[in-house]
Amino acid sequence: MTQELIQLRDVTKTFTVARKAGRVRRRFEQVHAVDHISFTVAQGTMVGYIGPNGAGKSTTIKMLTGILVPTSGQVRVAGLEPSRNRVELARRIGVVFGQRTQLWWDLPLRDSFDLLRSIYRVPGARHARNMAAFTELLDLAPFLDVPVRQLSLGQRMRGELTAALLHDPDIVYLDEPTIGLDVVSKAQVRDFLTGINRERGTTVLLTTHDLSDIERLCRRILIIDLGHVIYDGDLPTIRRRFGDERTLVVDLEEAGPPIDVPGAVVDRVEGSRQWLRFHGHQLSASELVARVAERVRLVDLAVEETDIEDVVRRIYLTGRS
Amino acid sequence: MYWEVAKRGFRRYSTYRAATVAGVVTNSVFAFIRAYILIAIFRQRAHIGGFDVRDALTYTFVSQGFLMPMAMFGWYDIEQRVRTGDIVSDLYRPVDFQGYWFALDGGRALYQAMARGVPPVLVGAVFFSLRAPPVAALPVFAVSCVLGLAVSFALRFLTNLLSFWIIDVRGPAQVLVMVELFLGGVVLPIALFPRTLEVLARALPFASIAQLPLEVYLGKHPGVDALTTLAVQAAWAAALLLAGRAVLGAVMRKLAVQGG
Ligand SMILES: Nc1ncnc2c1ncn2[C@@H]1O[C@H](COP(=O)(O)OP(=O)(O)OP(=O)(O)O)[C@@H](O)[C@H]1O
Ligand SMILES: [Mg+2]
Repeated sequence: MTQELIQLRDVTKTFTVARKAGRVRRRFEQVHAVDHISFTVAQGTMVGYIGPNGAGKSTTIKMLTGILVPTSGQVRVAGLEPSRNRVELARRIGVVFGQRTQLWWDLPLRDSFDLLRSIYRVPGARHARNMAAFTELLDLAPFLDVPVRQLSLGQRMRGELTAALLHDPDIVYLDEPTIGLDVVSKAQVRDFLTGINRERGTTVLLTTHDLSDIERLCRRILIIDLGHVIYDGDLPTIRRRFGDERTLVVDLEEAGPPIDVPGAVVDRVEGSRQWLRFHGHQLSASELVARVAERVRLVDLAVEETDIEDVVRRIYLTGRS
Repeated sequence: MYWEVAKRGFRRYSTYRAATVAGVVTNSVFAFIRAYILIAIFRQRAHIGGFDVRDALTYTFVSQGFLMPMAMFGWYDIEQRVRTGDIVSDLYRPVDFQGYWFALDGGRALYQAMARGVPPVLVGAVFFSLRAPPVAALPVFAVSCVLGLAVSFALRFLTNLLSFWIIDVRGPAQVLVMVELFLGGVVLPIALFPRTLEVLARALPFASIAQLPLEVYLGKHPGVDALTTLAVQAAWAAALLLAGRAVLGAVMRKLAVQGG
């Protein structure tokens, strides 16, 4: 049986914000950052937690660390109630807030790690083993002795990941860990996370706006918007449900009216080029090409997949409507 | 654990060598200016408030050495992390937040006592005949310095925590700097103050930071008097550190409800 390491039941977080109304008067408004959310995460899984800006992702993560107390509902992490057992839980979780730093600005990176070792009371041998492994995996050696303030963003982020994982937490929350990274650094960070998850069984909850992170890393995704979970499932299913539509682009010998072919609709016509939208599981691309070729003379063709960005954009839009 | 933290605090400051040298020169120059003013004053009267000119000169150079270790020109380490939001990661560590910062500050203070505290006194000793502390007073002086640091830290901790409520704490922090320098006896020994002002200054915690350790150094608190002095300092340190904890509790509650 897999253990549910993270459990949220009907969790709501409401902020009261003061808005100006007139010169002196202020109106108080309630913002439901997280609105009756329920989900669980099994031990050892990597979950992508995505949603548009202001959806409530960071707020959820803060409640999972125990910094924020939910307005209502129940949060359990590793069997503990985070806000009540914040310190005890802290030993078992690691956190990276991509926009923040947990490293010591003026100290060499290595010193930050040494300090974390004493703060988390990691035995010396284990610390050395982890340091060696992370140094190798994340290529830390060239900048271990450089003060954090002089590190590039990519270097610092690798340091942050190390800092979050040095004490072998059961769970890591990563809030936009690839923000601002170039393709090489992103790939390195992703490989690292996959390795950690596979070898140590670390449970990962990942927030990002870069959906290719999710594609590479997470089998399961949770999409939230306006504080609600609007999708919870795996990526292939989501593609089938929302992203199954494909487009056949054809170049004809001569411009003509939209092609009338069963199983597809013409989306766009531009001179002799036409875009035909069809459902991937109802009709194969080759079958459609054959049908089109019976009707018109083709010069060239291409099949376009709907990419994950489009899929998610569509989900965000349907979620809001 | 706190020892390790303190070591990093020490290391952190020891990376700024050029700043240290420049600082030592500045501190010493100011000590000379203050010394000549005091010499002029003591030409008029040989004894003021139990001080002779040699006491006053010693006081000047040693107090100049207290400035940096006691961070008397302001300290914004916590405030900076609040402003950037990085403070959140300090708050969810499995350590006592106040203890952690005190350890860090202890390391800083030790470094600055060595790099910025001792040199002005040595410089002063070359040019003037300064008073050496009575040997018996040395252990008391050491304890007194640590307690002074605790009081200084507790006050800075409190002002820095204000940044959770107000955007700019530099105002209150500057007031603290001025008050510490003046009522703490750094500008002028409290002993030379008019009587009522002296009573007031002694009734406040600021005297515990530099004035009392300096008096111990000069041998003004022999015997049992030394213990009373330490007790006064310890009481202030405990009270202010506890106040800091209370405010920290309020910070945690505020964060938990309103977010960071
Ligand atoms: N401390 C706070 N006080 C008031 N409102 C807040 C606070 N923190 C968050 N909110 C509001 O709650 C909502 C959710 O914010 P949150 O930071 O969780 O979003 P997010 O999903 O992380 O967004 P992003 O992708 O932009 O990081 C937003 O409308 C935000 O304005
Ligand atoms: Mg966020």
